[in-house]
Amino acid sequence: MATYLEFIQQNEERDGVRFSWNVWPSSRLEATRMVVPLACLLTPLKECPDLPPVQYEPVFCSRPTCKAVLNPLCQVDYRAKLWACNFCFQRNQFPPAYAGISEVNQPAELMPQFSTIEYMIQRGAQSPLIFLYVVDTCLEEDDLQALKESLQMSLSLLPPDALVGLITFGRMVQVHELSCEGISKSYVFRGTKDLTAKQIQDMLGLTKPAMPMQQARPAQPQEHPFVSSRFLQPIHKIDMNLTDLLGELQRDPWPVTQGKRPLRSTGVALSIAVGLLEGTFPNTGARIMLFTGGPPTQGPGMVVGDELKIPIRSWHDIEKDNARFMKKATKHYEMLANRTAVNGHCIDIYACALDQTGLLEMKCCANLTGGHMVMGDSFNTSLFKQTFQRIFSKDFNGDFRMAFGATLEVKTSRELKIAGAIGPCVSLNVKGPCVSENELGVGGTSQWKICGLDPTSTLGIYFEVVNQHNAPIPQGGRGAIQFVTQYQHSSTQRRIRVTTIARNWADAQSQLRHIEAAFDQEAAAVLMARLGVFRAESEEGPDVLRWLDRQLIRLCQKFGQYNKEDPTSFRLSDSFSLYPQFMFHLRRSPFLQVFNNSPDESSYYRHHFARQDLTQSLIMIQPILYSYSFQGPPEPVLLDSSSILADRILLMDTFFQIVIYLGETIAQWRKAGYQDMPEYENFKHLLQAPLDDAQEILQARFPMPRYINTEHGGSQARFLLSKVNPSQTHNNLYAWGQETGAPILTDDVSLQVFMDHLKKLAVSSAC
Amino acid sequence: MNVNQSVPPVPPFGQPQPVYPAYHQSSYGGQPGSTAPPTPYGAYNGPVPGYQQAPPQGVSRAPTSSGAPPASTAQAPCGQAAYGQFGQGDVQNGPSSTVQMQRLPGSQPFGSPLAPVVSQPAVLQPYGSPPTSAQVTTQLAGMQISGAVAPAPPSSGLSYGPPTSLASASGSFPNSGLYGSYPQGQAPPVGQAQGYLGVQTPQRSAPSQASSFTPPASGGPRMPSMTGPLLPGQGFGGPSVSQPNHVSSPPPQALPPGTQMTGPPGPPPPMHSPQQPGYQLQQNGSFGPARGPQPNYGSPYPGVPTFGSQPGPPQPLPPKRLDPDAIPSPIQVIEDDRNNRGTEPFVTGVRGQVPPLVTTNFLVKDQGNASPRYIRCTSYNIPCTSDMAKQAQVPLAAVIKPLARLPPEEASPYVVDHGESGPLRCNRCKAYMCPFMQFIEGGRRFQCCFCSCINDVPPQYFQHLDHTGKRVDAYDRPELSLGSYEFLATVDYCKNNKFPSPPAFIFMIDVSYNAIRTGLVRLLCEELKSLLDFLPREGGAEESAIRVGFVTYNKVLHFYNVKSSLAQPQMMVVSDVADMFVPLLDGFLVNVNESRAVITSLLDQIPEMFADTRETETVFAPVIQAGMEALKAAECAGKLFLFHTSLPIAEAPGKLKNRDDRKLINTDKEKTLFQPQTGAYQTLAKECVAQGCCVDLFLFPNQYVDVATLSVVPQLTGGSVYKYACFQVENDQERFLSDLRRDVQKVVGFDAVMRVRTSTGIRAVDFFGAFYMSNTTDVELAGLDGDKTVTVEFKHDDRLNEESGALLQCALLYTSCAGQRRLRIHNLALNCCTQLADLYRNCETDTLINYMAKFAYRGVLNSPVKAVRDTLITQCAQILACYRKNCASPSSAGQLILPECMKLLPVYLNCVLKSDVLQPGAEVTTDDRAYVRQLVTSMDVAETNVFFYPRLLPLTKSPIESTTEPPAVRASEERLSNGDIYLLENGLNLFLWVGASVQQGVVQSLFSVSSFSQIISGLSVLPVLDNPLSKKVRGLIDSLRAQRSRYMKLIVVKQEDKLEMLFKHFLVEDKSLSGGASYVDFLCHMHKEIRQLLS
Repeated sequence: MATYLEFIQQNEERDGVRFSWNVWPSSRLEATRMVVPLACLLTPLKECPDLPPVQYEPVFCSRPTCKAVLNPLCQVDYRAKLWACNFCFQRNQFPPAYAGISEVNQPAELMPQFSTIEYMIQRGAQSPLIFLYVVDTCLEEDDLQALKESLQMSLSLLPPDALVGLITFGRMVQVHELSCEGISKSYVFRGTKDLTAKQIQDMLGLTKPAMPMQQARPAQPQEHPFVSSRFLQPIHKIDMNLTDLLGELQRDPWPVTQGKRPLRSTGVALSIAVGLLEGTFPNTGARIMLFTGGPPTQGPGMVVGDELKIPIRSWHDIEKDNARFMKKATKHYEMLANRTAVNGHCIDIYACALDQTGLLEMKCCANLTGGHMVMGDSFNTSLFKQTFQRIFSKDFNGDFRMAFGATLEVKTSRELKIAGAIGPCVSLNVKGPCVSENELGVGGTSQWKICGLDPTSTLGIYFEVVNQHNAPIPQGGRGAIQFVTQYQHSSTQRRIRVTTIARNWADAQSQLRHIEAAFDQEAAAVLMARLGVFRAESEEGPDVLRWLDRQLIRLCQKFGQYNKEDPTSFRLSDSFSLYPQFMFHLRRSPFLQVFNNSPDESSYYRHHFARQDLTQSLIMIQPILYSYSFQGPPEPVLLDSSSILADRILLMDTFFQIVIYLGETIAQWRKAGYQDMPEYENFKHLLQAPLDDAQEILQARFPMPRYINTEHGGSQARFLLSKVNPSQTHNNLYAWGQETGAPILTDDVSLQVFMDHLKKLAVSSAC
Repeated sequence: MNVNQSVPPVPPFGQPQPVYPAYHQSSYGGQPGSTAPPTPYGAYNGPVPGYQQAPPQGVSRAPTSSGAPPASTAQAPCGQAAYGQFGQGDVQNGPSSTVQMQRLPGSQPFGSPLAPVVSQPAVLQPYGSPPTSAQVTTQLAGMQISGAVAPAPPSSGLSYGPPTSLASASGSFPNSGLYGSYPQGQAPPVGQAQGYLGVQTPQRSAPSQASSFTPPASGGPRMPSMTGPLLPGQGFGGPSVSQPNHVSSPPPQALPPGTQMTGPPGPPPPMHSPQQPGYQLQQNGSFGPARGPQPNYGSPYPGVPTFGSQPGPPQPLPPKRLDPDAIPSPIQVIEDDRNNRGTEPFVTGVRGQVPPLVTTNFLVKDQGNASPRYIRCTSYNIPCTSDMAKQAQVPLAAVIKPLARLPPEEASPYVVDHGESGPLRCNRCKAYMCPFMQFIEGGRRFQCCFCSCINDVPPQYFQHLDHTGKRVDAYDRPELSLGSYEFLATVDYCKNNKFPSPPAFIFMIDVSYNAIRTGLVRLLCEELKSLLDFLPREGGAEESAIRVGFVTYNKVLHFYNVKSSLAQPQMMVVSDVADMFVPLLDGFLVNVNESRAVITSLLDQIPEMFADTRETETVFAPVIQAGMEALKAAECAGKLFLFHTSLPIAEAPGKLKNRDDRKLINTDKEKTLFQPQTGAYQTLAKECVAQGCCVDLFLFPNQYVDVATLSVVPQLTGGSVYKYACFQVENDQERFLSDLRRDVQKVVGFDAVMRVRTSTGIRAVDFFGAFYMSNTTDVELAGLDGDKTVTVEFKHDDRLNEESGALLQCALLYTSCAGQRRLRIHNLALNCCTQLADLYRNCETDTLINYMAKFAYRGVLNSPVKAVRDTLITQCAQILACYRKNCASPSSAGQLILPECMKLLPVYLNCVLKSDVLQPGAEVTTDDRAYVRQLVTSMDVAETNVFFYPRLLPLTKSPIESTTEPPAVRASEERLSNGDIYLLENGLNLFLWVGASVQQGVVQSLFSVSSFSQIISGLSVLPVLDNPLSKKVRGLIDSLRAQRSRYMKLIVVKQEDKLEMLFKHFLVEDKSLSGGASYVDFLCHMHKEIRQLLS
């Protein structure tokens, strides 16, 4: 179905949308039988180089419950200067500015190629971006030094008018006042005491305008009406000050006795950061950037006590309900995350430590506010440094790749309802006629808030077909969905991006082939995976796996071609053929398997899975494996142990890791130093090729993956071995009798076994 | 003279005596001698005699005053002068002085604003309308007198007999005369004097006619005294003489002086000489002429016991009033003691020896008992039984100043190191090894002198005994031969069994609007920069071990990181005042030398940073809490210096409200004014003590700040409170800075525990001072400096043995400012008696007053002030009645007989009773009272002495070139001559009173202005002029200041100026505006009380 593939690709390029189904079953009943829900992956801010924003405001449908935006699907009466809303059929007058409208003189939003269009809103005060650094000082000296340097470096990357603030914490929490000359001044808070936003503002002197006003006034002649806080200052004014201040940051001076963890007040520090912004800059774009080098050990939000002999909770502890602080801490951070989301700010977490840092508890801070989560071993690694730098990367327009305080509103034609969304968002709890009662992900609303987002942030949005079976939709009928994303652009403008898409309805009984052909198995796999991961947050791992399995089996039963009870006869059409394989790898992925992962790692992986776009998500589900050899150009190979050959170099990209693996022979050659001999220059090139490719991937990826260069027998080869399909294991090594490939020591089932079993179940009439 | 006086501290002992003779000669030598110096004197000489005579008449005063002008150059206090001469040396000790302190504290006095208003009317009365003043006094006098009279109509009359004096008193009107005189003219001093005399005579007659008392009251007494002094200005002897024979004086002519006196005009010179001898006699025998009379007040009049011969004269006059010159004079007593005891070192080897008065300069040789500088007792002879003690009602108390500073001639206590075993102690009572321990069994054991327990001598301490049973090495070991010594403490004596780290000083500066506005912050920061070089250090240490930290605050606290590695200090704001904590550890407390650059930078910037502050609210308790927490975090003891301006009304723990309510005065609720508003501060203080955190508080209030509450923590932690009402940099800078310098530099012991052990039979039951007690025996002091005193009261719990006497051992465990843990031990052995007379013969009135004042000042916390006053009076009456009943030779009931050692008890007690705490004047604020109350609590004997009875020094009476302090005069208006200039000091305040008719030349050379009227009233600094008089006066002022633990701000008061009211507060022998009785009246009252008890 080349045409469908093209169509899908084209749509994705233009609108940043991929649907699981591109032809929609026209009745509720049929839709439910399709197993994979009607859903889409939406990348609201997908970079579209050929989409210049228009300089005016959108025209809204006048029906208060609708408020849809004028789009190419609307019927327009050019003579009467009327347009009919394609969602509610309300007839609307064009605003006066559209007086000159005619068939030949159409505004952009009526042109079909502008199914996605971006409006720039000129009104309203523009508030500068805010970056509030929250820095842990309980670090090793070199770690802290590296972090300080990164932070200092970042100052040069910030937009010059951005406001910056600095909070440091250890045993105490210090809010640094950046405005004063001479003596550096900071407000200090006890790290063990939870304070309300009001208290925090009182203590920072933010409630009484007396002090700050008088200090701010002379220095700032009305430059920014907002700048009333001594703690957040325009970078161009305090660049030097802040650089010095960061340079002088000391490690937390409180002594840490033998056998203790340093006392780290992450919970209070975040709480103060949130309170500070809440009081001074509600509803403007702001990033709270938390840099932490260890788990919170005191106060609200503490994750582990300061006794080193009691280790931080593991999945084992959690399953045994043995994680003392987890629930309380999670509650604390959830509360903070929700407050932050309400204020439209986002929280980034940069956690660099060898042990866990409490990401499990803090994950909601990043998840709910659209913040970044970065996990590394040390601040003194290129992983962190480059990742951090990448946050401030710019797009082709020279704008930062970040947007703030977005609300996403979804409108559907009446045959559809919205079931929910999964992604870095929180519900705005806007009920409406198009909101389904059945929730998938974060549901019960037609609007979500996404406090921080970048061009790759992708939400899964799930729909429900509500058209009744007995009310068929006429042939050629189309369903429409409109996504309206209002956000603050990094240039501080407000913008509205409107994407309106339409798909054909098809009767599932008569036109199943059409529907089948329009199935987007990649999107479906990711959407199902998101559902699975979403469930995994709250349910037991095995239950989720069972659910996924059942869905897969049902899908196969529905769309496979087979003879009952004859597994060998089972066939899937091209549009479904890869889906079971995705599911196989998904089941093995760290998103659903916690074995061998710490709770922090699981949280970290899931965080990224829930916000990356389709391609990246697929890589996460099923890592990509390239093979380099003298036989020809690099080629993608099966993620299978059989691909591990002695004379190959493998490059695996799991999204989180880039692994370069030298086969046994290659490794020996390299050891022998052939690459340095002029007559073996081609070997040198061969060695170099994957490095170059890896570099390319590293350059583009956020967060920066862990880069692993290993070889046959190397300890780090485990990263590769754990991912490939264990087609050869110690169990069947000899049975297969092949000379290729490398056996994996595992009891996990291989894809082959999985598929065989799947076929058996699919054709069985029992289930 | 002044100069010398200032010097006194150093050569105190020796000088006076030699000096005296010299003066005597000159002065007596005849006025001629005196004449030598300036002609004026000579001129006066003539008049002098006249004056002397005058005194008796009472008129004298007036004349003196008038006459004064010329005399001014000479020393004002004539009569007293005589004493003065003797006492010059004494002056240093500041025999006189006192009561006024309290007033001064009154912010108003200084605060020019209030003072003027109040004073004006007052002033007018006294001066303007002599009559009015007279009336007032008369009323008071009348009442008292009448009272007195009633009881003892005839005889009493006699006793008061002084009435004659009264008459003279009436003569006092001379006051009026005086006043009149002022205006009239200074010119004719002599003439005036005479004139007055004339006047007086009439008056006298009048008074006498009138009932005895009314007129006499205040006026009478004053007059005489005044006259005396004034005249004598030149001839010192003259007046003095008259006084000594107080009794006699009343009957002016009749008395011995009388002869001279009568001669007024003529005999002046001779008088002196005779007098002197007289005094000496007095000293010797209790009754010597001078003293004799005093002890028996009545006696003078009755003359019987005391005066022997003298009495004769008094009797004739009896019917009227007491002659002020006839009643015991503090000046005289001090003078005598100086003369008699100032020459020989006081050797402490003898048990139960009464030391010289605190006003006497003497050297101490430690031969087994603690120096009186460390311990003074109310009595050095304790009744053997509690029954006796109850009968006598003499409180048994010791005033202990464990870290007292010693004059350079005396060695500080030796430090004994007993190594790891630590000091040797009795196993049972834990008393420390001391000279009284008895070694037995050839030195193998020792018997504890406190509990009689027999202990083994550890092998390493063993030593053979000589034939007297003394250890052979007794004189090699301080703990076996001295009264005071120190042990190095072992780790067992340390908190948490860890040797302490060096202490820290934390400066906590209020930077609210008020503090900034007055310039305080700038001044303070500037001063600290240099002051930090003078932190106390131990012995020869090169630099102080003390670390420093800085905090500023308004309603939030700012901590500073001044780590040496920083380029700039860092400020850390803590606004969570409800739950105070210390935001940093490293870099907060630093070594001054290492962090000097950062500290200097900080101190430079603090005034700038807050220059624009609008914050007026402050917190207080959290500030202390913060300092305490900082010390806790640093695991050391230390001291907080708080500089605070206002009532802490910001929302925080320890928040206070303005509860100042003058209406409560004289009600049952008055005590609440002294009580802290909230218990929070006590709790806080307790925590501070546990941490060894001493708090010194500097207050700069513009209005009510509730000193009673704010001073709770300093009080309980052994800290000091300084108060500068209406602080203005121009006016108060010097005072504040001096106090600050002294406070920062003085040697302090930290984290101290004091325990007083006694031999069986008595027990320490009550303690007064600035400290905290968590049980009944251990006095816990977070900090203790050389100025702080603890008064301990003892009670019997068994019979004492006359032979073994009673022993005290005061052990103070403390951390020195270098961080060394030490034990300081003071031992004192007292006698025990079975005869009450022995008790009365070995009392010390000054110490008694110290105890009683502290007792009373604590009493006001719980009882109505009136009750407290009554208790004091009753107790005093009982003491005296007991003496009269049991010890005095039989005499008529109408006779007032006082024990020699206690003859000043009434006058001093009166001073206590009319102090601001117990009888506040209208202008005394609640804060002042609380402040004074708190100050007195930790005063030593010398301080209470001068505080309650201020020292009044005539400046122009002695020759300019004399180098000693001029002899003091009695604190009474009568003693002032309007031609003289006087200095008055009480340890807190310093006044320079300028008579209206002071010679122009004097005015010029002191103030650099041409006339009296051009002198700026309230001036606080004398211009630096290069002439002998200016140098001398300024030198004297400096030396006075050097003697006191707090800087005394000078206030220049012009006669008849509104400020004079303030000054008059301190003339404690006079009736006070707030209703305090005059000395004479009070004495009458005492007599009445005693008589009632006896009957």
